[in-house]
Parts: sequence; structure tokens; C-alpha cells
Amino acid sequence: MTDQLSQVFAALADPTRRDMVTRLCAGDATVGELAAPYDVSMQAVSKHLKVLETAGLVTREREAQRRPVHLEAEVFDLMTKWIERYRQEAEERYQRLDAVLAAMDEVDSTPGNSTGKTTKGGKAS
Amino acid sequence: MSTTMKTADGTTTIEAVEDMPAIRMSRDFRATPAQLVRAHTDKDLFVQWVGPNGSNMTIDHWDARTGGSWRHHGDLDGEEYAFRGCFHTVRDDRLVQTFTYEGFPDSVALETMWFEDLGEGRTRLHVHSLYDTYEGRDGMLSSGMEVGVNDGYAKLDDLLEAGAV
Repeated sequence: MTDQLSQVFAALADPTRRDMVTRLCAGDATVGELAAPYDVSMQAVSKHLKVLETAGLVTREREAQRRPVHLEAEVFDLMTKWIERYRQEAEERYQRLDAVLAAMDEVDSTPGNSTGKTTKGGKAS
Repeated sequence: MSTTMKTADGTTTIEAVEDMPAIRMSRDFRATPAQLVRAHTDKDLFVQWVGPNGSNMTIDHWDARTGGSWRHHGDLDGEEYAFRGCFHTVRDDRLVQTFTYEGFPDSVALETMWFEDLGEGRTRLHVHSLYDTYEGRDGMLSSGMEVGVNDGYAKLDDLLEAGAV
């Protein structure tokens, strides 16, 4: 799983490949169609496609004559899932920080500390 | 093409930058910048909220000054996870530190945090973590999968019960 995520990120680190993926969002395309806007050889485009294919981002029809390239949207879902999980973990950590900050507030606003100046240590728990 | 998310359970936004091995996060807090800086630099406060979730963090070393260093470790299912780094910059509005997971001692991330005063006692925390490789960044992103999501909530419940809020 980690390997696939790394491959997906590495595959998308290249601007040409990102552009190809963006264009495939609109629908399947042949290698020739994908190559058309770029000033590079078909061989170079095939190489980019190979990277995207290895990462599982695109697939190619094996039987059809034109062998159109197809974007695998589920891979993006996987990536989204990992990032959302990481975000949730950060959010949980920051909710604990919320509690710590609220306790600091109480200490900071207790009588005798009315300057609002924060006190060292803040042992409020 | 970046991935930014925001959901109902909180205000943490995250972005895994795709053309560099970086993660950007931001989160709003009901606190002043000074309080937020203190929660990041005072070890007695820091230890109360730092992750990984569900682990008991122990701070082994803590010198939160420009040029200082830190190390802490947590136990999770009997395994020890240790982290260390340097405080590169400690300022009222900005913290810069290095971050290494000792399980991958050759990897180091550069973590920059800055504190945007929103007024009326609110502050926006910005965190920009720059990793030295995509593998390092993605390893960090995926590490959360091994940890129970709900562990963090229990820890928060404890704080609520203790009347810390």
C-alpha cells in the first residue's frame, strides 16, 4: 500500500504526467492523441505512460486496436483516503491542544495574574 | 493539482504538495499566538497533546531555544518510537525545527510553523513540513494507517473529564 502511494506521488511529481492525467479526466485517449500537444517523441510519451501505468493511475485496453488509455479514478480515492487519515490524526492532536490551551486560559486569567501575561509552566491539568 | 480537505470534525486543512515532497497544514485556535507558541515550546504543555495517538510520550531532552535540540519517544503496543531534532529558530511568531524518526535515522524533515494573529484571541497555525524525499513524505503520510483513529478521542475525553477544558 505504501509503495503504491509513493509511486502515485512520484508519478504525479512530473508536470507532463500531471497534464496527461488532467486531460484523461475528460475521457479515454490514444497515445497519439495524448502526444499531440507536446513537443516530444512518441517514445517519450510512452515512457510517461509506463510510469503512470506502473503506479496504477492508468490502464490500457489490451484487445482494442487503438489501445486507448483509461484513467483509474479509484487510485485517487486511495491517495485521498491516506491523506484524510493523516489529517484526522492531526485534527485529534490539535483537539488535545485545544484542551491544553483552554486550561492555559484559565491559569492566565486567574486573579493575581490579571496582566494576561502567560505564566511559565502552566501546570493546569 | 493538490489535495486540500476540510471536513466537519475540525478545521485542520491539509495539502500534500505534489511537485515537492512537502505537507502543508493549517488550523485555527481559540488562543493568542503567545499561548500557541508556549504550547509548542513548554515541554510540560507539549507532552499533553503531542502524538502519535495512543502512545505515552516521554520527553528525553528539551531545549527550546534557537540552536537547541529535543528528543522524545512514545510506546505503542510495546514498541518504542523515538523522534529527535533541533530547534533552528524559536521566535514569538515563528518556529523552525528539524524532525527525524529514529527508525529512519538518515531522513530529516524541516518543519516550519508560523502563527497568524486573527485578532479577538484567535490564531491560525500554519505548518509546512519539507521532507528530503517523496518516500519519506509518503511514509509519514501513511504511518497513520497503523494507528487506531479513535485513540486520540479517548485522550481528549480524559482531558475533558479532568476538567482541563
